[in-house]
Amino acid sequence: MRYIEQQAVVKRMNGRLIANSIFKYIFLAATLVALVALIILLYRIVSQGMGHLSIEFLTNFASRFPEKAGIKAALVGSLWLMLVVAPTSIILGVGSAIYLEEYAKQNRITTFIRMNISNLAGVPSVVFGLLGLTIFVRAMALGNSILAAGFTMSLLILPVIVVASQEAIRSVPGELRDASFGMGATKWQTIVKIILPAAIPGILTGSILALSRAIGETAPLIVIGVPVIIQFLPAGVMDTFTALPMQIYDWSSRPQPEFQNVAAAGIMVLMAVLLFMNSIAVIIRNKFDKRY
Amino acid sequence: MRPSVQEMIARSNGKKNKKVIEKIIPVLLFLIASVSVLTSIGIVVTLIVETITFFTRVPFFDFIFGTTWLPFSNKDAQFGILPLIVGTLKVTLIATIVAVPIGISAAIYLSEYASENVRRILKPVLEVLAGVPTIVYGFFALTFVTPILQSVFPEIKIFNAISPGIVVGIMIIPMIASLSEDAMSSVPKSIREGALAMGSTKFEVAWKITVPAALSGIIASVVLAVSRAIGETMIVSLAAGSTPRFDGDFTGSIQTMTAYIVQVSKGDAGFGTTIYYSIYAVGFTLFVFTMVMNILAGYVSKRFREEY
Repeated sequence: MRYIEQQAVVKRMNGRLIANSIFKYIFLAATLVALVALIILLYRIVSQGMGHLSIEFLTNFASRFPEKAGIKAALVGSLWLMLVVAPTSIILGVGSAIYLEEYAKQNRITTFIRMNISNLAGVPSVVFGLLGLTIFVRAMALGNSILAAGFTMSLLILPVIVVASQEAIRSVPGELRDASFGMGATKWQTIVKIILPAAIPGILTGSILALSRAIGETAPLIVIGVPVIIQFLPAGVMDTFTALPMQIYDWSSRPQPEFQNVAAAGIMVLMAVLLFMNSIAVIIRNKFDKRY
Repeated sequence: MRPSVQEMIARSNGKKNKKVIEKIIPVLLFLIASVSVLTSIGIVVTLIVETITFFTRVPFFDFIFGTTWLPFSNKDAQFGILPLIVGTLKVTLIATIVAVPIGISAAIYLSEYASENVRRILKPVLEVLAGVPTIVYGFFALTFVTPILQSVFPEIKIFNAISPGIVVGIMIIPMIASLSEDAMSSVPKSIREGALAMGSTKFEVAWKITVPAALSGIIASVVLAVSRAIGETMIVSLAAGSTPRFDGDFTGSIQTMTAYIVQVSKGDAGFGTTIYYSIYAVGFTLFVFTMVMNILAGYVSKRFREEY
């Protein structure tokens, strides 16, 4: 009597091997769905927007007529927004990270701040819009100005910058600190002259990625009440303005089909700005990828 | 001329404010770090204060149990939030159905099958997909996915729950894939190799060893992604329409909580009107939903984590 039936074992082995290779391709296909979705998305937008993209599109103001509609006010508005968001969010984010990594003691307050930052990252952006509307637009009476929108966006991306900066600071080896202290430097001198310079590539990479998120965010701007049709360029941070995603949202939701092409052209400009920022982040990461 | 060492020491001793800086800086940085706490407090306080004002005009139970959302009616405005919640859940449900199998499969492929080179190409693609602004996804849903759906199923309207649901699903795939991949990669190699040595196929290792071992991380990633889907705003504002409805229809126009906030903000509801306060009540409900999901995700990943 044979305890093992050769035939049955071979059959079962074959079945398992076939299942293995089938599932390998299923998993690969699932991964490629993401790639395919990205390609279709980009192809659609380029093929739809290419016809409308021109120098006039970049230098014209918004218009009721699709063929005259341009993106100048939104492009300049987004740049103004960045002028407020970048310093505000980087100072707040890096400052918080330095405090948490270098000064904070392990106590309840520190744990609370850490927990808060991770919770803040999960709050929907439209809720940040409500916060901005109440605090900056109404209570501080900033109106729908660049400053109000900039502060709101800064708080929105703050968690990302804090976490990225914390990681960058943490990856600076302890020997550098010890050496600096050994030379008689004070804590603040060590932070400014040793730790920050070593951590700056990581901080910058994280900050640029966070800023590119702020450029693409629409919901908080709508809630704050940022207008769309603007026929002038802002002259200061207290002026009202419009931004790229706002302009795209307005064009996309118009009933005339011609505006769909205008919207696609606007998206191409927005994506070009984002691509530009992301490649800067990548360059910084590669160039300064120092190992200790 | 370069200063001599003696001069440098003299100059350095001249800086009496050195000690003052060492004392001021920690305090200053603590204040900066508290901004995040103040932001959280600010969010909760503004939402609660304005929501309380809302409840002085609309009874609490009418709000949470009401099945009609008719805020713009002049005579008989009704604020029952259930239709907005149902609309949000419809989109979230479809997004979950799309994203969970694809996201987890992609994570399994990346962590178990893919070679280092393949992974080096695919991971940045996922990152790019995660970095696409939601307004772009919304445009894609409205002008590409909806027409395709309509040509296959003619009964689907221009504004519906299915198209934004699918696109929200595509948007959260990278989140599930990358967080789940992190969880699976942290399962130690020795366990996998043990199973392979026993004669398991790669699929059996993935399905019976890695996935169960990383389950807490995978579930946490799904919960976080669902929370993102609930709070997503621009895709639904563009492609889901603005018809709050309390039924099971996925093919017609619906409205989500986020889309309502956008609709009112766009119309610039006068300060002090009931509609103005209603966006805070809806925002508060949305906040509670996402907060519960985020806390749940943190709890799952901590409580059920397998330690090796």
